[in-house]
Amino acid sequence: MGVAPLWVLYVFLYVPIAVVIVMSFNASDNPFLWSGFSLEWYPALLQDADIMGGLRTTLIVASGTTVISVILGTLLALALERYFPSRFLDAAAAAPAVMPDIMLAIGLLAFYTLVNFTLGAFSVILAHSVFGIAFVAAVVRVRLAGMDSSLEEASRDLGASSLKTFWSVTLPGIRPAIIAGALLAFTLSLDEFTVAFFTASPADPTLPIVIYSSVRFGVTPQVNALATLLLLVSFIAVLLIQRTSRLGDSLRRREARP
Amino acid sequence: MATQRTRARRASVLGIAGAVCAVLLAACGGGSSGGDASPSPSLDPSADLSKQSIVVSNWDAYMDPDVALKFTDTTKANITVAKHATNEEIVGKLTAGGDPGIDVAFVSGQYAQALNEAGLLEPIDPRLVPNMANLYPESKNLSFDPGSTFSVPYAWGTTGICYREDLMAAAPTSWNDLLNPAPEYEKKTLMLATQPWLNLPAAKALGFSANTTDEGELEQIKQQLLKTKPTLLGFDDVTFYSRLAAGEVVMAVAWDGWCNYSGDPNVKFVVPSEGADLWADTMVVLKSSKNKEAAMAYINFMIGDEMQSWMTNNILYKSPNKTIAEKAAAELGADFPNIAMTPADLAKGESLIDLGAASKIYQQIATEVQAS
Amino acid sequence: MPALVYLLVLMVIPLGLVIAYAFLTSGRFGGVQGPATLDNITRLFQPLYLEVLASSVVNAGLATFIAFLIGFPAALAITRLSLSWQTVALIAVVMPFWTNFLIRTYAWILLLNREGILSDGLALIGLGPIEVLYTREAVILGLTYAYIPLMVLPIYASLQRLDSMLLEAACNLGAGPWRRFRTILLPLTMPGIITGCLFVFIPSLGNFVIPELLGGGNSQMIGNLIRDQFLKSRDWPFGSALSLLVLALLVIIVMLQASAARRSRKWGA
Repeated sequence: MGVAPLWVLYVFLYVPIAVVIVMSFNASDNPFLWSGFSLEWYPALLQDADIMGGLRTTLIVASGTTVISVILGTLLALALERYFPSRFLDAAAAAPAVMPDIMLAIGLLAFYTLVNFTLGAFSVILAHSVFGIAFVAAVVRVRLAGMDSSLEEASRDLGASSLKTFWSVTLPGIRPAIIAGALLAFTLSLDEFTVAFFTASPADPTLPIVIYSSVRFGVTPQVNALATLLLLVSFIAVLLIQRTSRLGDSLRRREARP
Repeated sequence: MATQRTRARRASVLGIAGAVCAVLLAACGGGSSGGDASPSPSLDPSADLSKQSIVVSNWDAYMDPDVALKFTDTTKANITVAKHATNEEIVGKLTAGGDPGIDVAFVSGQYAQALNEAGLLEPIDPRLVPNMANLYPESKNLSFDPGSTFSVPYAWGTTGICYREDLMAAAPTSWNDLLNPAPEYEKKTLMLATQPWLNLPAAKALGFSANTTDEGELEQIKQQLLKTKPTLLGFDDVTFYSRLAAGEVVMAVAWDGWCNYSGDPNVKFVVPSEGADLWADTMVVLKSSKNKEAAMAYINFMIGDEMQSWMTNNILYKSPNKTIAEKAAAELGADFPNIAMTPADLAKGESLIDLGAASKIYQQIATEVQAS
Repeated sequence: MPALVYLLVLMVIPLGLVIAYAFLTSGRFGGVQGPATLDNITRLFQPLYLEVLASSVVNAGLATFIAFLIGFPAALAITRLSLSWQTVALIAVVMPFWTNFLIRTYAWILLLNREGILSDGLALIGLGPIEVLYTREAVILGLTYAYIPLMVLPIYASLQRLDSMLLEAACNLGAGPWRRFRTILLPLTMPGIITGCLFVFIPSLGNFVIPELLGGGNSQMIGNLIRDQFLKSRDWPFGSALSLLVLALLVIIVMLQASAARRSRKWGA
């Protein structure tokens, strides 16, 4: 079968992205008509204080969410898989991923109102972490379930503390799942609209909210330019990660050599 | 609004959660103290605005992008601009309870009425909004707020059909041209997705009020819409003018200024012979605002000549400011006929009001029509 | 148990508030008031709402199925790359999602409309013009597109820990690809597949932006109904009741999943 299925996926994923990139160079601001090449939307984007402010808030929120979700989500996965297996807790841990987001949004807004919690980037981080934890925990659990717990038991039998066992046995084993979970939490938060809409301060909106408000007049070419730039940044980041991880691989291989 | 029973229920939920909340609040550094229920003292015309700052929520691109700078230059008050996408969203936020952190909101007239009946709005203090004297008297006497006691109009207009003159054999004159289109226009028409504008064409074609709450009439409107739906390309509030320009669509129900955004001279606007609505987008001051003098000053600034001139030249909506509207009619009326409409033309439309409990029936119709 | 305390405060309590709302009366301008009532619950059983729910389940189910058909082979292909390329391939799966949901959905409008790129392209080879935008198919396509990475990631995670020797052994014993898939890959990666399917199905079910933009109001889903109750009809109690209906459905699905997971673990032992 080879890697052909991967290319099918990538074509599906990237064709709309190609449209966005092409349209960011459209001279017309009517996205349904192409009227020649133009670079004017890029400088216009940088001067757009709303978009730039939204971008800043979103990055803060996504980073905060990732940190909270990875820590608490991993702990939750460990607890459920290794220490307190329980049907009820299983359900509780899965619930945020199961709840319709509008329900979580309304519930959180009602709750914040009840306790007079000030809305801002922090209230969105707390809200996003609710489902972030659930997603990280779910991904890590899949990995833990497949990992042989006898290694951990052996480590403990040999007198290692739980913390030591966690650091040197469990954590390396679940590392790929934690990375996948972190990626998931960051990505979900970056693009989340409904919950952020209800829990963000009106004066400090996240990027999806800024974009949502701007589509009253359709997607502007600035917004396409923004998407193109975000993609470029991601692409460079990926290249860097790839280089460092290739380095990591070769180091690991060297260590493994007897 | 909450009755004793609701409060009791809320209190018990809070009771159960109390300990946990305390932990959370301690961990999070606590929330601000809010919820001041005390009536605001009467406004002080000589308040020092340089010590006040306000948050204004408006639709995107609906006012001069330099408004913050210009307002602070003029009044010394500080201002932050927030955005909302629709009336429903801002009203949802403002009615959710707690302090929404917004001092001035832009909403359509019928939503201003709802907010006022919910007890959320500060009465407009005419002493602090002297520019109201420059507005057309008609614009200050719309049925959702006769006398402009809690809202001040920023722009007003009507609803009709945008159409491609070059792609149609004859210009539409009646709502029926769109509701029961000729076969060659089937699947080339759009209607607005939002109530009450979804109902409006059918209501007017059947000779009913745009604000009808009569269940029999609403049933007839629904039947007409169900009949129309298979002939539509879809319901679209956002991109219809682009699609007119692209020629994908030949007729679309539209708010008047929007036809002008297509940038295509073949896109024309007509108010069908059965009549239409008269809408107004207004500014309101929230009771929860702590800087009401600056909020009033802002409203005054926004209906002044400079900001109204920006609005009508850029948004291509009609200004309620008499001087600016007459100037715009002379300068822009030839290219954009909707700008040339007079208050008398507009007054032929029926002013939209809040539908109260009937808004649920309107939404139910929208659901049934769109789900069919 | 910091994570559970967190979820208790920021999920269970808000959820409790929403559940309480479902049994109250709506305030005229949103919010809730007494007296307590069961009206909102009985209203759920009107055919209109059940039909919308059923069609949402079908849409979300089809989107999940298509996401699986594309996502599973792709995840399998990723595991065959070298470790460092696996990271790259995974990031490339999520990278489109570092742009913006609305922007991507709008891109589909440009692709799918009658005067759009896809239609023009098909017309060139004699298959167009086509009418996809503003149909149910467009909604399903949009949902698949929106959530397919959530299918790929968990399947990848469970494939990655699979012992490739098992497959090689099966191959050496002469098992064909379909047999290898059915007897080894599918059962051993079932937890990841189920997780992926839930990750796609659940948000698809509650989505309201895609039906609105790509369905053009021709295809209502339950998410639109819930959103409309909160933001348009100002009927929070009925919106809460609709949310409860969805939640009940999803709880049943998750319970089925949990028991299936236990069963598969038993087989593994």
